[in-house]
Amino acid sequence: MSTDARFPALRGALRAALGLAAFTLAFTALMAFTHYVTRDRIEAAAEAQQMRLIDDILPRDQYDNALLKDVVTAAPPANIKRIWRARRGGAPVGLVFETFANDGYGGRIELVASLGADGKLGGVRVAAHKETPGLGDYIDPARDPDKTRPWIEQFIGVDADLPPAQWAVKKDGGAFEHRAGATVSARAVTRALGQGSAWIAARREAIFAAPADSNIGADAQEE
Amino acid sequence: MELQHLRESAHNGLWRQNPGLAQILGLCPILAISTNLVNAVSLGLATVLAMALSNLAVAALRRWIAYEIRIPVFILIIAALVTVLDLAFNAWFHSLYLVLGIFIPLITTNCIVLARAEAFAARNSVFASTLDGVMMGLGLVWVLALLGALRELLGSGTLFSGIDMVFPGLSALQVFGDGYPGFLLAILPPGAFFILGGLIAAYNAINAHRAAHTPPATAAATPTTPAVAG
Repeated sequence: MSTDARFPALRGALRAALGLAAFTLAFTALMAFTHYVTRDRIEAAAEAQQMRLIDDILPRDQYDNALLKDVVTAAPPANIKRIWRARRGGAPVGLVFETFANDGYGGRIELVASLGADGKLGGVRVAAHKETPGLGDYIDPARDPDKTRPWIEQFIGVDADLPPAQWAVKKDGGAFEHRAGATVSARAVTRALGQGSAWIAARREAIFAAPADSNIGADAQEE
Repeated sequence: MELQHLRESAHNGLWRQNPGLAQILGLCPILAISTNLVNAVSLGLATVLAMALSNLAVAALRRWIAYEIRIPVFILIIAALVTVLDLAFNAWFHSLYLVLGIFIPLITTNCIVLARAEAFAARNSVFASTLDGVMMGLGLVWVLALLGALRELLGSGTLFSGIDMVFPGLSALQVFGDGYPGFLLAILPPGAFFILGGLIAAYNAINAHRAAHTPPATAAATPTTPAVAG
């Protein structure tokens, strides 16, 4: 007496399992192949996208190193993620850093900003946000109805050493404008920028001196 | 024969069993992405591709798919093909991918794709199934386009905003001029429900009007929409 005759249900289950396994294998192979073919293109596209954002806040003619390769990271409690170091002929020019605010109206707002050698902000861009369309999304210059003087431009040239109390919207007694009806988005961006740029400015030397791809801890020397 | 087949498939997908208006399947992407015309049509076209490919694959492989495990296999096929599409979008249409990014994987969960695999592709030829996928997808595209256009027009007074992400150099159309104050509700999710509700009402009204003006014999022959959970 064979096993097959005694356990017909088992046999059916085995066949189904083998069939499912075969399909899984075949389609996983298809996905792996596609990943292999598209990997380099996706990486290049993501880099180009990143550079498009950075070009808006740090002109390419100011530095001559491979900016995206010259990167260090920071960890909490700093609200900083990656920091790219711009150099010209090996000498420090400026820093481009990713910062974020967790208290936007629609959750987290991701920002990219540059800090020049003079300790002043060179520019700020919103990399990702979920602020209300038509209300709070003016923080992104592409969505700002005021094209001649977008809201985010007021941060250009602001000194990172500005006292913390000044890093706030005018409604809260700070130095920065906001648009009526959507204070929360402006407040979040302003505060995050204040914290972020002060953190960066205080560790400027250490950031430039650190080896590429290393992590700048919160304990890095403050000047 | 083939021509009649094509006509029937087109009529089914575009009107009689329209996924957006009659089957009311796949509401998740419809409501989430239809804030403007460009996003709506882009995701719609991605869905057409996903449906055509998944119907093609299911119809071609149906002989080897055991009946008991057909649903997991369909889902496997759909998920794999959508992943392939997702990677392809990321590689070749990167700026559009940044907008549609999180919605492309969601095509997998769009039950219209699985519904057509199970209800049509599992028992029809490769050609008929692919055609069905394309037509059902196109039915979703025109509803999405109309919904996206209405929401964008009411909400921000523009059309084709974001077109530069698909065709660099083109810019949005300011239909109501710069002074348009905007109508936020149309862009927020409730606006999608209101406008889709309006479209479904109009669709039903047109069908009722047609039924009233056709001879009873034909009207009675119109089959009702199969109810598919989703």
